[in-house]
Amino acid sequence: MNKPFAITLEVGSSRANQTGSWRTERPVYVDSLPPCNHACPAGENIQQWLYQGEDGSYENAWRQIMADNPFPAIMGRVCYRPCETACNRAQLDEAVGINSVERFLGDEALRQGWTMPVEAPPSGRRVLVVGCGPSGLSAAYQLTRLGHAVTIRDAGAAPGGMMRYGIPKYRLPRDVLDAEVQRIVDMGVTLELNTTVKDIQSLLRDGGAGEPDAGKNAGKDADGKFDAVFVAVGAHIGRRAYIPAGDSARILDAVSMLRDMEGEEPPLLGRRVAVYGGGNTAMDAARTARRLGASEAIVVYRRTRERMPAHDIEVKEALEEGVTMRWLSTITHADGGKLQIEKMALDETGFPQPTGEFTELEADCLVLALGQDADLSLLEGVSGVEFTDGVVQVSPELMTGYPGIFAGGDMVPGERTVTVGIGHGKKAARCIDAWLRSDHYTREPKHDLAPFGNLNTWYYEDAPATVRPQLDAARRTTSFDEVVGGLDASNALFEARRCLSCGNCFECDNCYGVCPDNAVIKLGVGERYQIDLNYCKGCGICVHECPSGSIKMVPEEA
Amino acid sequence: MPYQSIKFIQTGSLAVGGRLLAEDQRSVQSGAQRSNSLTLGHRACQGCGEALGARIALDACQRATGGKTIAVNATGCLEVFSTPYPETSWQLPWLHSLFGNAPAVAAGVAAALRAKSRDDVRVVGQGGDGGTVDIGFACLSGMFERNDDVLYICYDNEAYMNTGVQRSGATPYAARTATTEPVGPEPGNKFGQGKNVPMIAMAHEIPYVATATVSDLRDLEYKVERAMEFRGARYLHVLVPCPLGWGSAPESTIEVARLATQTGLFPVFEAEDGEVVSATPIRHRTGVRDYLRIQRRYAHLFKPAERTEMIDRIQRGADRNITRFGLLPADDIDAELATVGAGRAEEITS
Amino acid sequence: MLRQIEGSRAVADAVAMCRPEVICAYPITPQTHIVEALGAKVKAGQLRPCEFLNVESEFAAMSVAIGASAAGARAYTATASQGLLYMSEAVYNAAGLGLPIVMTVANRAIGAPINIWNDHSDAMSQRDAGWIQLYAETSQEALDLHIQAFRIAEDLSVPVMVCMDGFLLTHAYERADIPSPDQVDNFLPGYEPRQVLDPAAPVSIGAMVGPEAFTEVRYLAHARQSQALTLIPEVVAEFTKTFGRDSGGLVRGYRLEDADTVVVALGSVLGTIKDTVDELRGDGMRIGILGISTFRPFPSAAVREALGSDGRVKRLVVLERALATGVGGIVSADLRMALAGGGSGRAAEPVMSTVIAGLGGRAITRMSLRTMLAEAVAGALEPLSFLDLNKGLIEREFIRARRTRRSGPVAENMLRDQGLTARIG
Repeated sequence: MNKPFAITLEVGSSRANQTGSWRTERPVYVDSLPPCNHACPAGENIQQWLYQGEDGSYENAWRQIMADNPFPAIMGRVCYRPCETACNRAQLDEAVGINSVERFLGDEALRQGWTMPVEAPPSGRRVLVVGCGPSGLSAAYQLTRLGHAVTIRDAGAAPGGMMRYGIPKYRLPRDVLDAEVQRIVDMGVTLELNTTVKDIQSLLRDGGAGEPDAGKNAGKDADGKFDAVFVAVGAHIGRRAYIPAGDSARILDAVSMLRDMEGEEPPLLGRRVAVYGGGNTAMDAARTARRLGASEAIVVYRRTRERMPAHDIEVKEALEEGVTMRWLSTITHADGGKLQIEKMALDETGFPQPTGEFTELEADCLVLALGQDADLSLLEGVSGVEFTDGVVQVSPELMTGYPGIFAGGDMVPGERTVTVGIGHGKKAARCIDAWLRSDHYTREPKHDLAPFGNLNTWYYEDAPATVRPQLDAARRTTSFDEVVGGLDASNALFEARRCLSCGNCFECDNCYGVCPDNAVIKLGVGERYQIDLNYCKGCGICVHECPSGSIKMVPEEA
Repeated sequence: MPYQSIKFIQTGSLAVGGRLLAEDQRSVQSGAQRSNSLTLGHRACQGCGEALGARIALDACQRATGGKTIAVNATGCLEVFSTPYPETSWQLPWLHSLFGNAPAVAAGVAAALRAKSRDDVRVVGQGGDGGTVDIGFACLSGMFERNDDVLYICYDNEAYMNTGVQRSGATPYAARTATTEPVGPEPGNKFGQGKNVPMIAMAHEIPYVATATVSDLRDLEYKVERAMEFRGARYLHVLVPCPLGWGSAPESTIEVARLATQTGLFPVFEAEDGEVVSATPIRHRTGVRDYLRIQRRYAHLFKPAERTEMIDRIQRGADRNITRFGLLPADDIDAELATVGAGRAEEITS
Repeated sequence: MLRQIEGSRAVADAVAMCRPEVICAYPITPQTHIVEALGAKVKAGQLRPCEFLNVESEFAAMSVAIGASAAGARAYTATASQGLLYMSEAVYNAAGLGLPIVMTVANRAIGAPINIWNDHSDAMSQRDAGWIQLYAETSQEALDLHIQAFRIAEDLSVPVMVCMDGFLLTHAYERADIPSPDQVDNFLPGYEPRQVLDPAAPVSIGAMVGPEAFTEVRYLAHARQSQALTLIPEVVAEFTKTFGRDSGGLVRGYRLEDADTVVVALGSVLGTIKDTVDELRGDGMRIGILGISTFRPFPSAAVREALGSDGRVKRLVVLERALATGVGGIVSADLRMALAGGGSGRAAEPVMSTVIAGLGGRAITRMSLRTMLAEAVAGALEPLSFLDLNKGLIEREFIRARRTRRSGPVAENMLRDQGLTARIG
């Protein structure tokens, strides 16, 4: 076409005009730390596995969990969900049901028989894990994946620690527990039950020739010493409080009571059971009592519901099951089927103060749920190991004062939950691995936290959380069937897709679509985007309209 | 929403795209192969709503026509920033003639195509509000009345921005422009509410009339694609905030447009043969104050003292739209209005 | 085929044979008969394919033509007077964009006062719009010029305005030789646009051009239009070959060979002038006529050639049907520029007198022309004069205006003086 001069132009010729020179600020894609990840004691990359779950890649999602936590099915039942407490979506409608998705993925893995490979070459190093609870199993799992040969020793008859002996069946069915533990064992972990460890130093020195159970395991340990030990024996000793009691008072501690549930004979509690304490164990004890036939299970607690350490969901479920609560009450005397209760009042600091008002409460049995202590005897006398307030002092790398002995779980300072224990196990494994290589474990620096305020929530569809089916209340008080059901694939998918992807790009194409200057380059699925700085004028619309707050403006340098 | 609503997927159809969407649910703008009818290097201001609106609309049209769209452009910002010699940002056949004649020129193109039996090639006329509601109005009405096979798109930024923000027939009540300065007893634009061309277009009973904004890209694309399903005169009125003229932050362009819809000030609807057939419901009802506050063109409504009566008048206009177009479910209206009213009272007293 | 036919119908027939693909029009007297006839042909299916658009204004008419032409269609419209002014912005635009639209201007005066009758004020007002302007002397020539116009316009990508005197030509029945469609098809090939809106080869038409290239754009427009000065004689030659008659061209001389006085004029008045000159020749006056068929581009060289460079022509009388208020003649100014352009070596320039005549439909009679030309030959004609000016009427108005500031509307006053309106109140 012999086009008229100047008036008629060749299309797209404005590319010669690089408008990027106008810019005073530039958009930069960032990755932030989502609050769920930040809150997870096990260090799960929750957002990432939700992301994988969103498109139905359940196995990938499960493997993402497994990178940090070998117990998705257990977690999906017993975790107290700090992730959901932290979830930004709670400020929009309701938190994402992270836990329910995790359970779905965990159960799906068990249904499908997914397993984890050990890809690292054998390191030739041997690590002993003492204690087969969540922390120990987590450490054993991670150490195995790192190529180390792991032996777990536990004094108990069955693996699982508090997961078995502390958490009632109706919260964690034992087939689930067994399956997830077995999966770890199948990776090559040597599990030695009914084995009490006495002399750690000797195990490190010479393979434990002097161990009382050495004979039993002689064939296994005789050929060498352990290069490191991770001690995670938990806190199994129920704390007793001094309560003046008559001879006929029946008082037991909750830890023992729950442990006995795993024995041949369930404990005999009577028709009216009082539980003293306000933690999760108190709830477990009261709910277990109901299932054992107690017509009344009364929780006696010194403060108010708001101040109860038990998680809300536990309290709620307990109340649903007919457990009753006596707030602001202490037990001052127990005898002959009667408890003397003193009313308390909170002072201005929120501390309960006696009021001098007394009432009586009929109870066939009093269960004390006042906390647990760790059995520290194994480490007592080990040079350099220090104790404070009944727990073992460890370095940030979870190593005790004795080189090569690491500790974690309920026996070290920190919150005592399964999830925390799993986190300790993972961290210990990484630190032990580093230590075995004469190195220090240094974790990647964390991204900045992704606050709710950085989100543009307009773009998320309105969707309240999916409610997990619950077992009928009548059946809940008569059986140990699991109370909370799981999601099916369709609602697990829905729930995963409620994730806001706080602080991390999930490729919604908004930046690409809303740029008035066509200055966002779409790199393709999984590759995200790139700003075309030759043309970006720096208007900031992409930042403002990014749903997940994954772009920020930074000043151009002069 | 009039377009196909999809099963819950994170952002669903609210964001531009997303990996979870099936191919047929993807927006045009999310595609790496979109036509970019208006391409890199144009000279629109930072955060220009019109540049964005034009690309979205024309790309959608290009998809609908299989890349066979001819655009006719009125004089105005869009024309000036896209085609200063020797560079053009257009990638489709494009013609600029005059300020006031784009609808007629487009009708001429359509007539030529009809004469040549090229019914595969479609015509879009486009212009700003000045070129549409004022100087081009006669040609627009003529095009409507003859039912010429043209989709005319008005990118409404509510004043003459190209010449330096003077009042147009689409300038809303109370807005400051260079010719409606915020001085005197009636600061800002003292007239009506802006010429309601969508309603006027409906009065012509043309096959299709719709409104849209740059805040809902998929809706805009839908409206364009829907419009292309009709033959005859079609009108699409797109609200495109102008950071320069409105005194809004460049990054807030979409936010401002969104608030215009969520306050009810800019009803988003579509009409066929003169009858409204759908209206996009308000998702998060917002009082007009939230919309007005973030634009300097309304600053005089809040400083030095709040001009409550003027704001209330604007609110009444928004409320009227809500009722007229059914922008809230009937049950919600009273409750919502009560809430908004209460919010207003609070703001007044605080 | 010879027919007794109204000028408008003859033009409509010719335009139809040129196979325009888009016709758009807004009715204005005295253009209406042309577009009515074309509309009927389209509606009856005699002209196919063709889109006929009844638009809402002349501004829209030209705009539709712009769009159609840019989309590759042969586009035609017609207007007059106020209509031409109303579309003026688009008239300039069509030329600026280089779109070969053909438009008939049924020449008519411009108000106020509103006047529906003929003069050249309308077309003259658009003389610098960038269009080629051809002026028809007869219905036959009007018909012929339209056929040529499409050729010229499309060859150069410049729009062409065919000017024909309102009523005098548009509404007069004359004998005309109507060509056959085959003849027209042979003469006028299909439209091959220089630029076109085509999705297969997109371009941006109508860019904004700043100071860095605007002068060049204008120069090129001038250069391109000027090419018509070469092209038109070629087209006329071919036209003559095809249709067997000579029509149009740049300028047309009449009895110039020994003329010392030459009357210059455009349009239908040339016929009256020819009759008058024939009579005056009989009286021994050596008067000739130079008819200007192509007013834009102005055929300066052709004018100089027609008038000779030997100093034979002593007097030029430029008869203008339009008035450049405050100056006088419009054609006269161009003529002066043309003569000045001859360079050195020329004899003394002829004395030029501008005669404003026939405004708003006033008849230009042979008698008045005789008187005026006799004065001219006698050297008594003023440099600027108004043919048949009613001086008494004007004098009375001057007096009235001096007497009282609010003397009322001039036109009405004068009509009243002539007893043409009833006095009210």
